[in-house]
Amino acid sequence: MGQLSDTTVTTTDLAEQGFFTTRFDSILSWAQKYSLFMYPFVTACCGMEFMAVSSPRFDFSRFGAEAPRFTPRQSDLLWVVGTISQRQAPILKRIYEQMADPKWVLAFGTCAASGGFYDNYATLPGIDKIIQCDIYVPGCPPRPEAVLDGLMLLQDKIQSGDRRPAIVKPRNDPTTDPTLGLVQLRRPSQA
Amino acid sequence: MAQLLIDLVRTKFQDAVVSSYTQHGDETVVVQPSHWMAVGQFLRDDPRCDMAMLVDLTAVDFPDQDPRFEVVAHLLSLNLGHRLRVKAKVGKPDGSGAELDSWADLWGSANWAERECFDLFGVVFRGHPDLRRILLYPEFVGHPLRRDYHAQRTQPLIPYREGINNQKLPPFETNEGMPFGRQSHNEWLSAPEPNDDLD
Repeated sequence: MGQLSDTTVTTTDLAEQGFFTTRFDSILSWAQKYSLFMYPFVTACCGMEFMAVSSPRFDFSRFGAEAPRFTPRQSDLLWVVGTISQRQAPILKRIYEQMADPKWVLAFGTCAASGGFYDNYATLPGIDKIIQCDIYVPGCPPRPEAVLDGLMLLQDKIQSGDRRPAIVKPRNDPTTDPTLGLVQLRRPSQA
Repeated sequence: MAQLLIDLVRTKFQDAVVSSYTQHGDETVVVQPSHWMAVGQFLRDDPRCDMAMLVDLTAVDFPDQDPRFEVVAHLLSLNLGHRLRVKAKVGKPDGSGAELDSWADLWGSANWAERECFDLFGVVFRGHPDLRRILLYPEFVGHPLRRDYHAQRTQPLIPYREGINNQKLPPFETNEGMPFGRQSHNEWLSAPEPNDDLD
């Protein structure tokens, strides 16, 4: 370390001494995206896949998102895992309102994202009808890789401060795999 | 054994048995709603029937028939190993007057099964100790498994967010024909090329 009298240091000197400079919101969002305390709102069969994501084979603790907080007041990320019925909708909204800002919501599975095939009197057609949702992970249930994609996508968005919702896309097109023998139904791109 | 059961019920309740049939090894008796309680009592207590278990109780809606609803009960004898399906037809074509005696005093499992039947079909069980909705919320109007309940009609407990009723939100709308590959934030910002392969 330098002497106390050496007050006219430049950034290059700081780097040599083990410091670096950045913008405050940048380092704040860096801290936020790697410490997403979660509130698991697990209601249905997607919960099995949620357990798979949290267990060692896939392990979302690698992304700093594994610490569960079973009170919404200490949570950053609300995982809505499974079907939300109309009867549960007020409960989910209350949970969301109890979370402190900044807060994010991840819709895990088709049912949470859009109601899925429960197009009837009993089911809420997507949690975005009552609360804001940041990431949609489609799938019935989604594969753990898709969930990790969604988590990384959320981290990207936290880093850049973008609050627009996004949807996780499939990694590759199954119709291009010759071993599956699927017929290409998608129209080829004009671009 | 099976035909024996039907014969037992027929000899005991001669006029009360509307019809009976055997199909694929399942025996069914259709009884008058007025004798519903007596038939249940007989089937449970008679040692030749010994129906100790009410497996399920539900209803079927036939909107163009009179009576409209068909209440179906599945009974099982744990000692003798035989089953019987008991039906009764109730209700006017407009859905009113669908009433039946409750079996909750005979079988404990009838309690919730009858509440569910009341909740979803609106069949009223006389003498039920606690006939409330069991699956839906008290604010719900109507009975959703009736054929005249519109399939898309929902009754939300809390209002939906402003301006998005029955509409899709942006990720489903603008980017629905999605390219494959992991999406990064920068791609999201600048509308990526379709089918760009990140592998």
